Amino acid sequence: MGVASAALLGLAGVAHADEAEHGLHSAAYPWPHEGMFDSYDHASIRRGHQVYQQVCAACHSLNLVAYRNLVGVCYTEDEVKAMAEEIEVTDGPDDTGEMFDRPGKLSDRLPAPYANEEGARYANNGAYPPDLSLITKARHDGQNYVFSLLLGYREPPAGVSVREGLHYNPYFPGGAIAMPKMLVDGGVEYDDGTPATETQMAKDVTTFLAWAAEPEADDRKLMGAKFMFALSLVAVQAVYYKRWMWSPIKARRLVVNAVH
Amino acid sequence: MRRLSLLKQPLLSVVNDHLIDYPTPSNLSYWWGFGSLAGICLIVQILTGIFLAMHYTPHVDLAFVSVEHIMRDVNGGWFLRYMHANGASMFFIVVYLHLFRGLYFGSYASPRELVWIVGVVILLLMILTAFIGYVLPWGQMSFWGATVITSLASAIPVVGMDITYWLWGGFSVDNATLNRFFSLHYLLPFIIAGASIVHIAALHQYGSNNPLGCLAVVDKVSFYPYFFLKDLVGWVIFALFFSFFIYFAPNALGHPDNYIPANPMSTPAHIVPEWYFLPVYAILRSIPNKLAGVAAIGLVFVSLLLLPFINTSSIRSSNFRPLHKKLFWLFVADCLLLGWIGCQPVEDPYVLIGQLASVYFFAYFLIFIPFLGKFEKALLHYVPRD
Repeated sequence: MGVASAALLGLAGVAHADEAEHGLHSAAYPWPHEGMFDSYDHASIRRGHQVYQQVCAACHSLNLVAYRNLVGVCYTEDEVKAMAEEIEVTDGPDDTGEMFDRPGKLSDRLPAPYANEEGARYANNGAYPPDLSLITKARHDGQNYVFSLLLGYREPPAGVSVREGLHYNPYFPGGAIAMPKMLVDGGVEYDDGTPATETQMAKDVTTFLAWAAEPEADDRKLMGAKFMFALSLVAVQAVYYKRWMWSPIKARRLVVNAVH
Repeated sequence: MRRLSLLKQPLLSVVNDHLIDYPTPSNLSYWWGFGSLAGICLIVQILTGIFLAMHYTPHVDLAFVSVEHIMRDVNGGWFLRYMHANGASMFFIVVYLHLFRGLYFGSYASPRELVWIVGVVILLLMILTAFIGYVLPWGQMSFWGATVITSLASAIPVVGMDITYWLWGGFSVDNATLNRFFSLHYLLPFIIAGASIVHIAALHQYGSNNPLGCLAVVDKVSFYPYFFLKDLVGWVIFALFFSFFIYFAPNALGHPDNYIPANPMSTPAHIVPEWYFLPVYAILRSIPNKLAGVAAIGLVFVSLLLLPFINTSSIRSSNFRPLHKKLFWLFVADCLLLGWIGCQPVEDPYVLIGQLASVYFFAYFLIFIPFLGKFEKALLHYVPRD
């Protein structure tokens, strides 16, 4: 709806003159959380978190998301506490001035796979796996792009050669991406028993990332629906009251008597 | 001695004379509501801005995450930030409509030259404020937009580079730049507020123009309740429009690249300004020479400032100027076209279209406005021989 309104106003971003250079335009998929009155599919967020944790987290950080953010969204508080305790967090300094390791707490952020960008590039042949916290807001076509990219791996067409260590993916700008195809059928064990097909995992992890980028979306839309409904009533009142107060002015009859 | 009414006493009498008993032409249409609406936009921006500044950190390492801290950890923070970010767009929508209304109905014409000039100054201050405000989240488009626009100063001969370094506070857009932009972004809105008061004072010297463009003293009504209620309708409808963006399409008017933290080592594929700058950006890019392009931007505002003095029509309202009415709507279409060109890559056929649109943009101000009035007068006095 937002994209449609922007396009309607003629304000949409840059025109893609060259699809090889800018990446293939992704299709618009019917996301269950897309509409004005739609909330996230929270079971899908939970499955998506499992995909992130078991697949993506090996290379991609999610620096803006803390364990506490997951509580009440896709896990219970006890579940998240148990999950957080599985990691070691360096804290301190203690009374003797030393840093120490402790189990993770709700207030800790999800652990990053690499200490810094240099380390990430060194481990990935010079490529830097971006932080995923805002990925669906930070790319053209957002979640559709992420979904298309995850499922977009194929053999390069005749005449296109891809450098050693890169992989052909028409949705990626330039067509050659350092990330290999990561999602394969059965690649993840879902705790709700959903069959982990490639497309299922792509959908779930994209939903999870859409939530990570816009965790306020459910609250925002609910507040918007309430506020705009109330304001519409105010608008009716305002128009009625204005017309009522103006009626003497509007009903005046001005007579121009040119003779006398 | 009987005490005077509260509204007749010092200071409160100003409120009374300008907002309550103020005589207003009874025939003002809803197009006249965008002035008070612009005032509301300014107040919304100042209030949300003050609260955002309580949580924002103007440092290159922290600015981006502090904005995300507002979005995720501050109570109602996403609401404040989306209101402020979209509020800038709303402010420009309102002010552009206000400006086009003035253009259509000849509100700039004598005796309201000063009102128009102060209005153009407010527009310039708004552009400056919006531009430096967009730099504060320190995303990719913030950083590269700041780099491109501040570099325009380097086109000035001889001292250009020195001015650029002076603007940056260093040899590149960096922490010093971000800090001063934050400071100025907090200062300028209050200068705009002051200029708005001058704008209203200048207006109230002669009173509002009206859709007929004729002297309105014969039929005025008090501002309150009539125009308060009429403006109120506009405010509520506008609040609905604004709310749609805040709640349902908060990023529709932004650019995705600004959700990537600023990286001086990586230039985005396309550097695009915010939509409200696109027409002027298109004019800048239509001219292959950098200095001439900057001069053309200057000419946009010089044309606007000159408007009341080069206008030769003694009729204000375009309702009675059929030729100007056509040229006006063509000008509106031309501005929209320039806006579209401004977000296209610099290649054919966009370059040529942009150049033609720029030519009409200036022709409207510098050719049609001065000569159309004379032509109309000649037509009025034309007596066909039988």
